[in-house]
Amino acid sequence: MAEIPYIAAIEMAIHGEMERDDSVLYFGQNIATTENDKFLQAFGPDRVRVTPISETAEIGMAVGAALAGYRPVVELYMAEFMLVAMDQVVNEAPRFRYMTGGQVTVPLVLKAGYGFTAGWAGQHTGTIYGMFMGVPGLRVAIPSTAADAKGLMATAIRDDNPVAYFHHYLLTLIPGEVPDGEHLVPFGEAAVRREGGDVTIVALGYMVGLALEAADRLASEGIEAEVIDPRTLNPLDLKTILESVEKTGHLVLVDQATRHGSASAVIAADVADEGFSSLKAPIKQVTALDATIPYSQPMEEYLLPDVDKIVGAVQQVLGQAPVTA
Amino acid sequence: MWRIRHFEEQVGVLKRADQVHGLIHLSVGQEGVAASVCTQLRDDDPVYSGHRAHGHCIAKGAPLERILAELMGRDGGLCRGLGGSMHLVDVEHGFMGATGVVGGNIPMALGSALAGRLRGGDQVAVVFFGDGAVQAGHFNESINLATLWGLPLILVCENNGFAEFTPRSAHTNVERVSDVVAPYEVERETVDGNDVLAVWEAFGRFLAEARKGSGPFLLECLTHRLRGHYEGDPGKYREAIAKADWQEKDPILRLQRHGVSEGWFSEDDVAAVERESLAEIEKAEQFARESPFPDQRLIAELVYA
Repeated sequence: MAEIPYIAAIEMAIHGEMERDDSVLYFGQNIATTENDKFLQAFGPDRVRVTPISETAEIGMAVGAALAGYRPVVELYMAEFMLVAMDQVVNEAPRFRYMTGGQVTVPLVLKAGYGFTAGWAGQHTGTIYGMFMGVPGLRVAIPSTAADAKGLMATAIRDDNPVAYFHHYLLTLIPGEVPDGEHLVPFGEAAVRREGGDVTIVALGYMVGLALEAADRLASEGIEAEVIDPRTLNPLDLKTILESVEKTGHLVLVDQATRHGSASAVIAADVADEGFSSLKAPIKQVTALDATIPYSQPMEEYLLPDVDKIVGAVQQVLGQAPVTA
Repeated sequence: MWRIRHFEEQVGVLKRADQVHGLIHLSVGQEGVAASVCTQLRDDDPVYSGHRAHGHCIAKGAPLERILAELMGRDGGLCRGLGGSMHLVDVEHGFMGATGVVGGNIPMALGSALAGRLRGGDQVAVVFFGDGAVQAGHFNESINLATLWGLPLILVCENNGFAEFTPRSAHTNVERVSDVVAPYEVERETVDGNDVLAVWEAFGRFLAEARKGSGPFLLECLTHRLRGHYEGDPGKYREAIAKADWQEKDPILRLQRHGVSEGWFSEDDVAAVERESLAEIEKAEQFARESPFPDQRLIAELVYA
């Protein structure tokens, strides 16, 4: 166990999987820009490939290589860059196995950073995993800790389905304890980050840290929040969420995405559908506003979820604050 | 080629009788390209096609009965009825993918070519697409990368002059697809796609080079789509070709006339081939009709690996 930054944990997983399995390839723009690059040195230019700014060709090529038995990891840097290649991400990669009646598998990983809400303005800050949650055939992973960053990446590479792996840019340098050697975090198993009996807070990705801070503040007011990190949106561990809601009777969801493009809206609908009888109050969501992230810092803060908003939402569902906050 | 022609004509009949359920694009008139290209390939050479894929799939060796069963949505279909006409895939015969979004197949073929290169064999990847795909970003990104990395890929453009419902002149100022790739110095050739021997010869030359590891190559085949963009297309955007003109152009009749005059085969041989292919299609239809529709449980089984 060592304390390393989130981004180093991701790289460790890719490196480890490339060492373990010769079929793992690594493509991307600006990767291996010098001969000293550690991936290039370890695995050579056949497996570590710098690509032009051609997301459609990069991702499509990954699909073709995956059909031929390779396991490409495509480095996309910004999640928004993936949108340029939606045809391959949505129409081809996740549908191929199904549409061929199961003749093939498409094991590939789309590594995409999201949510760089530090003045990176409207096209580098989006929290867009919700768009992919409902794409059949695609897995979606959203690690919130360094350990999960490693474990979910290793699982993503070994998975036989295409995986969109979203890492949050504001977590990049945040250190965390990461197991040495092989570390796999199974898909579809939520982590209960904090136990509590009064309210369930389902927080996604970077929001997990904010939810834990909010939970600490709530504890000082005598409110015990249970914080759940789904870790993967597809598959979604709805069971853990429903069990928690059954216990607490109250649900707040926190997602940095726009309200109507959020994954939390889908999870809220699932809980309303399958766990309504457990609820003692309406479900409350804390999300970004339905607007593009602005450049100006105070405006950025105005738009985004924060600890105060999470605390306020919990107080509302517990009937301790006015509903109009 | 008769197998493709008869198959597609029967698909047209079945479509009108509502026995074939969905959207169908026929390649009647373009058979010469499919046959000349695919019959020179091996099962381990990956081939990709688009929405007009029946001919390529048949020429690559996929069994007719399983293609027809797929078109009729049956469990016995190549893709167990989940793919249909636009998504025919037969991995066993190296027919790796037909895609319904124009251009989407091109970068995937790049991936297959890369995989072949990494494995170190002499596999060659081939992708068929129409002239409409050339204006898509997929094509331009892929041709750049394929030339940059020198991948063993042959791009076969079936230029039938129409991108869906509009003529090429409404899409671009560049008349010949082979001119589009000129700056990349791709080895390329434009041939009469209805001249089976010309397609065979040009493709064979590229294939021999690609087997040695070089590439990519672009073969542009000028051809004619006899039917509409899709079955049921009223075709108001163009005038039908005169029957006499078509007799001259038809790739099958042209090859037959040539073969008979050269003494390669006789009129009787040709008639026998036609009879055999019709009989084969009748059997395929019987197989498809007897095949059950897929079980609902297939959905849960196949969405994820």
